[in-house]
Parts: sequence; structure tokens; C-alpha cells
Amino acid sequence: MAAPDIVMYEEEFNQIKQIISKLRVDANAKVVFLVDKNGQQIAAHGEIENLDTTSLASLTAGNVAATDGLARLIGEKEFSILFHEGERDNIHISIVAQRVILVVIFDERSSLGLVRLRVKKASQELNDVFARIMAKVEKEKQAAGTAFESPFAEITDEDIDSLFSE
Amino acid sequence: MTFINYASREINCKIVYYGPGLCGKTTNLQWIYDKTNPGAKGKLISLATETDRTLFFDFLPLELGTVRGFKTRFHLYTVPGQVFYDASRKLILKGVDGVIFVADSQVERMDANVEAIDNLVINLKTQGYDLMTIPYVLQINKRDLPNVTPVDEVVRLLRKKDEPVIEAVAMKGTGVFETLKAVAKLVLSELTKAG
Repeated sequence: MAAPDIVMYEEEFNQIKQIISKLRVDANAKVVFLVDKNGQQIAAHGEIENLDTTSLASLTAGNVAATDGLARLIGEKEFSILFHEGERDNIHISIVAQRVILVVIFDERSSLGLVRLRVKKASQELNDVFARIMAKVEKEKQAAGTAFESPFAEITDEDIDSLFSE
Repeated sequence: MTFINYASREINCKIVYYGPGLCGKTTNLQWIYDKTNPGAKGKLISLATETDRTLFFDFLPLELGTVRGFKTRFHLYTVPGQVFYDASRKLILKGVDGVIFVADSQVERMDANVEAIDNLVINLKTQGYDLMTIPYVLQINKRDLPNVTPVDEVVRLLRKKDEPVIEAVAMKGTGVFETLKAVAKLVLSELTKAG
């Protein structure tokens, strides 16, 4: 495997939710969400009722991946911050803990400077949380030998067939 | 890289459709999109050129139901098939859980198929994966066309291991869901092994 799987536990998930909801308030933002680099949404907070967050997550990851590719072409390791300015809304994208993408959507009620400042602080907190998650996954893996206990250990063909029953 | 969220009891898997240009990757996704009930699917996103050639990727999120109390979500991606989009193809393979190779059955496209599979092997390797161990399905598409290579011959040329082989006519939906199901099965049974 290229990278260890991300496993999210209740405790850390709640910490993450707390951090991003605080970031939303502190940065005066409309939406804050967290996506992993493969485009899977981890958490979202704010005015997301009318927002297609799944597509947003996938496109954000595509955007970051393409920008990473550009960076390497010109000899940079990565562009750690991306910013898209619109007429009303703006998107601020940054990389946290090398593997997750933090997205902040904001309008004229906030400013790029404020968002950058608050994102910086939240990033440090998120870094710590992800370090704990990775340590936990590692520990569980070792505790269980190589066979890290999976909730899908007893999945059957019928289980899978039933997914496609329609 | 499967993403398991114990807190919200969700499991997310990423499936990538690979293959030479115009082999029917987007058509597969389009069919799945058209035939899935609205509650189970998200928007189909196509980053395509003005002539409807895939430029970066197509993306379709599917929610299939629950397995062992976990909501299973499949994120389906296609790569751009045209040779010069190789940099984009590499990016899309990042974090992939299962690959479907869509082969174009037409006699004149066999070289393109072989080249695309070789390219898949290389690009998987750059992302740290091995085609021989990753969940993988071979779809032999466009079986309805007049000038097709016999299935045996396609299999001999393109089959890499003991992967499931499915004949398809993606335009008419033949074999489309069978292919998806085959790869989903492999991906989910992979979870029973590792986690």
C-alpha cells in the first residue's frame, strides 16, 4: 500500500469537528470543510445545506493534485495555499499534516488576511489531531499483529450482492 | 486507500476506470448515473473539453447501502484516455482502491489497449501500487461493433492475472453494472483481509 489507511475514531472526529466549527466562527467564514487528498470528505461545518459537498470535496482534491503536479514541474515541493477569488465568495485551500485539505469559503464579511491568520492556528491543532490518529492506527495494528481488526472481517458474498439488489 | 469513518459509520472507496481514449469509460459512468435512483447518487461531474473528451476526470459518487452497519460509498472516477494526458492520469490513481480497465474491442484499437494497460501498470507503480495485488477487473467493451477482436484473443492480449473479465456494450448498459459489482466485491473483500 502506498499510504496507510485513514481510520477515523469517534474521539478524534469530535475534536476535528470542534476545531473546524471554531475556525468558522473565528474566521467569519461561511463554510469550513476538511477533505483528504483523495477527495473523501472528512468533516464539514457551516452553511452547507445548499452545497454539494461531495462534488466540492472531489474537485478540491483534483485541484490540489493538479497544483501539486504543477509545483513539482517547476521544482517546488508543493504550493501549500491556494486561493480562488470570486465576485461574492472566495475559497481558501490549504494543506494540513501533509495529507488533508482544509477548505474555507468566505465572503465580504471576512477577509483573506483574517482567514489566513485563523487557518494557521487551526492547522496546528489539526496537525496534532492527525498525528494522534496515525499513532493510534499504528498502535492498533501492532497490538493485533499484522491483522488489524476490521469490522468487515466477516463480510459475505450475500452482503455484497444485497448492495446491488436493485 | 479506503477511508473508514467509525464515528459516522461510513466507508468510502475509490474506483478508477482506466483505458485508451474513446474506449467508453465515461459512457460506463453515464449509464450508471442514468440508471441509479436519485437518492443513491450525487452529481456526475465531467471535466471535459468542448468536444466532450475527458480533460481531467469524471466523478460520480454512489451510495450503495449498508454493509455490517456501515454506509458504503463508492466514488467512481474516470481518467482521460488520450495519451498526452498522462500527468493527469497519474494524479487520479492516487488513493485508488480498485481499478476497472475498459478495453476497446475493435481490431484497430488493440495496440492502444496494450499501450494503455502498460501505462496503467507504470502509473500504479508510481503511486505505490501493484496491478497484481490491487482489486482489478477487465471489461471488454463495444462487443456490438462489427469489427471486433474475438474475446479469447482480447483476453490473451490483455488479461494480466486472474481478474474477472466482463463483456460489455456500455452504450446499451450491457455488462456495466456487472463490472462495477465485480470490482466492488473485490474491494470489499480486500477489507476483510487487511483493514
